[in-house]
Amino acid sequence: MSRMSTRFFVILALAVAVGLATAVSPYASANPDGLEKVAEKKQFLEDGKLHSIQDDSPIPDYAFPGIDNERVATGVAGFVGVLFVFTIGYGIAYLVRRRDSEGRSGAHA
Amino acid sequence: MFDLPIALHIPDGFLSSGVAALLWVVAIAAVAIGLRVANRDLDEARVPLLGVLAAFIFAVQMLNFPVAGGTSGHLLGATLAAVLLGPWVACLVMAVVLVTQAFGFADGGVSALGANIVNMGVLGALLAGYLVTAGEKALPKSRGAFLGVVGVVSWLAVMVGAAATSFQLAISGTVPLDTVLPAMLGVHALIGIGEAVITVAAVSAVLVARPDLVALGTRFEPAPAAPGAPAAAGSTS
Repeated sequence: MSRMSTRFFVILALAVAVGLATAVSPYASANPDGLEKVAEKKQFLEDGKLHSIQDDSPIPDYAFPGIDNERVATGVAGFVGVLFVFTIGYGIAYLVRRRDSEGRSGAHA
Repeated sequence: MFDLPIALHIPDGFLSSGVAALLWVVAIAAVAIGLRVANRDLDEARVPLLGVLAAFIFAVQMLNFPVAGGTSGHLLGATLAAVLLGPWVACLVMAVVLVTQAFGFADGGVSALGANIVNMGVLGALLAGYLVTAGEKALPKSRGAFLGVVGVVSWLAVMVGAAATSFQLAISGTVPLDTVLPAMLGVHALIGIGEAVITVAAVSAVLVARPDLVALGTRFEPAPAAPGAPAAAGSTS
């Protein structure tokens, strides 16, 4: 079997992630999920609160601000989030990656 | 009214400050080991994979699927990350996703972020790293057996995360253990099935496209023999 290149694989996987976050997430179940449901039933849901830092979250509750249509707001939030996470993950991996020229100990500050 | 986005993520206010602080320490330690292992093992060619895996897990965590009784669940992704990049680098991937969710999307608490990294990332990743590797040795080296193990471990990882969350809530005095543990395990037994289906599907796709990118497959051994012993000499690759 011919093997696809890493570049093609990454682009394909990223396209799938962007597609899911942008086009499918607006149609995800809005039911409370595992912990939330248990917290509701066992009556400790009210204990939950946002940290004050989170009042300034750029995209609170996966709804991109300033977009009235809920589905569009969620899709845009997903699109932005996926590309952000990709960039951060790529960046960290790039910074800490193995440098073969540096030898075994890899001591660099 | 602002709808508090809880997801499987613990918000602030559920855990006592002592429990939250302890889990921050555990999470930081796991991420530090993840950075060291990446520094030792992650070659240049696989750098984009870490980014794309984090992006994929972020995306699929947005896809809540309905389970019984008006409840939903979503992928956690720790098993998927561990199978593809090894358990310690998986901790790093999960931390990237969960930190972004907490600060960018107000999903999951800030003082509870350590707990969320441990419960949804570290525990599942290390469990998967250990069990999938053990399964590789014990079972026939077939794709079917490998995927079977991955599925079972995915389910277990969700259950372990749910149990850990229950214990932390109980120790924090938020809810009695005999109340929260059965409820959490009951719901997550179903959510874990979704986790298993998605994880097996994703790993199958990678096995078809690029089997060499499956770290816990037969290609190469993941780094440490024992969890907790991060940097031993003698890497494979």
